[in-house]
Amino acid sequence: MTIRGKAFVAGAYEHPLRVIPDRSTPQVHADVALGAVADAGLTLDDVDAYFCAGDAPGFGPMSMADYLGLKKLSYMDSTEFGGSSYVAHVGHAAAAIAAGKCSVALITLAGRPRHERAFGSRARTAPETDFESLYGLNTVSLYALAAQRHMHEYGTTSEQLAEIKVAASLHAQHNPNAFLPKPVTVEEVVESRMISDPLHLLDCCVVTDGGGALVVVSPEVAKSLSRRSVKVLGHGEATKNPDNGRVDLTYTGARWSGPRAFEEAGVSHADIDYASIYDSFTITVLETIEDLGFCAKGEGGRFVSDGGLVAPFGKLPFNTDGGGLCNNHPTNRGGITKVIEAVRQLRGEAHPEVQVPDPQIALVHGTGGSLATRMGSVTLILGQEDS
Amino acid sequence: MSSLPVLAPSPSPETKAFWDATADDRLLLPKCSACGTVIWYPRAICPDCHSLEIEWFEAAGTGTIYSWTVSHRGEGPYREASPYCIAYVELDEGPRVLTNIVDADLTSLAIGQRVTLAWADTGEGTKLPRFRPV
Repeated sequence: MTIRGKAFVAGAYEHPLRVIPDRSTPQVHADVALGAVADAGLTLDDVDAYFCAGDAPGFGPMSMADYLGLKKLSYMDSTEFGGSSYVAHVGHAAAAIAAGKCSVALITLAGRPRHERAFGSRARTAPETDFESLYGLNTVSLYALAAQRHMHEYGTTSEQLAEIKVAASLHAQHNPNAFLPKPVTVEEVVESRMISDPLHLLDCCVVTDGGGALVVVSPEVAKSLSRRSVKVLGHGEATKNPDNGRVDLTYTGARWSGPRAFEEAGVSHADIDYASIYDSFTITVLETIEDLGFCAKGEGGRFVSDGGLVAPFGKLPFNTDGGGLCNNHPTNRGGITKVIEAVRQLRGEAHPEVQVPDPQIALVHGTGGSLATRMGSVTLILGQEDS
Repeated sequence: MSSLPVLAPSPSPETKAFWDATADDRLLLPKCSACGTVIWYPRAICPDCHSLEIEWFEAAGTGTIYSWTVSHRGEGPYREASPYCIAYVELDEGPRVLTNIVDADLTSLAIGQRVTLAWADTGEGTKLPRFRPV
């Protein structure tokens, strides 16, 4: 059994704000939940499955389910991979729907990192903690270690990484809600302040308050709704870890999650009209594109150069909302906005300047945790409602 | 540049032998008695073959830099220590371990550079294994 065609994304909503000083985190979860069910033409009373991750305040899915007043839940999932969790939730919701466990699944993400400490669920008592966490590691440093090694092995340059930020910024200029709507140049990226060699300030995603939500439904429910929905075609996930001291920083779990999703969807790379690629840092995009097989290993730098990622006519139009690098990375978790922009593209509702002409198939890839070290990779393939 | 914070570990029954040895400047590595794999990070199960028979041996304490970064924006106790180097060092026994490179010119770090242990005393009966260029 596969999930191909067994579930549809019927509602998608991104909170319009990037700085939210005067609402609580549960309130923002409620804002996006209401936005997504309204987008689908449903109400919270229709929801029978709830999915959330470590950003959700409280005890697993239970506190938010109670807060939101979700009264008839027959299925819950609080899978936590960090930022890719919500991409996984779509796959899990589709599987649950295909198995007949539920028919209207709500997924929410929200947080206010500009105003309060995240609820984050990374344990201080993990078995690896004393062997990794006493050395002043921070998120950007772990990604920087990967970038440094990738440069060493493949000759990737800072200018090539900068091309990824430039493409995102060209898209963000058309998004009135983008946190950083101004186009930047390669020179501006490589001349920005060094944060952790070789990653500069402009190689890093934005830190924004906000959130997003999705509604995944059964084919029967999708058919009953007037709004155009998006078909779930395939999903794959994988975890990659330091592998008993043999850590290889030059590749990611996309190497395994990608083929699983492509196989389930029954499509190939040439079929992908648009891609939302997780972009916590520029290096995240570069390694992911290689590992998903859009180019050979080590060729990512050349692939992203010369407008390769720029919509609508680049080789692989990506992150047309401006992505995490320029638009939004709500509560340091970019997975849900990746799915939301792919839904916009397949509905033909992206900004006209970046809308890919009549896209049939979109790919979404989420990277959670630390690139190439301890990570949850999730690949999702979506298609037009009648694909 | 050796004024980095020295954070103390919280040894468990599983890792006590490792941390006890650090007090005597000895870097112990666990090795699977069944399949012979050197294990990192230390744990009571072999992640390769799942045997629970683990023995310890003393490492040479030398290795090469597999990757490095200079963090200009440390967090928490490391905020005041910036800039400082975080690296993966490939020990001569095989495992790639996260650590800091200390007593080094931060502008001339390189992948492949040889390094050796530079113990940092936590003041709590343990030492943190860091490395310095040979």
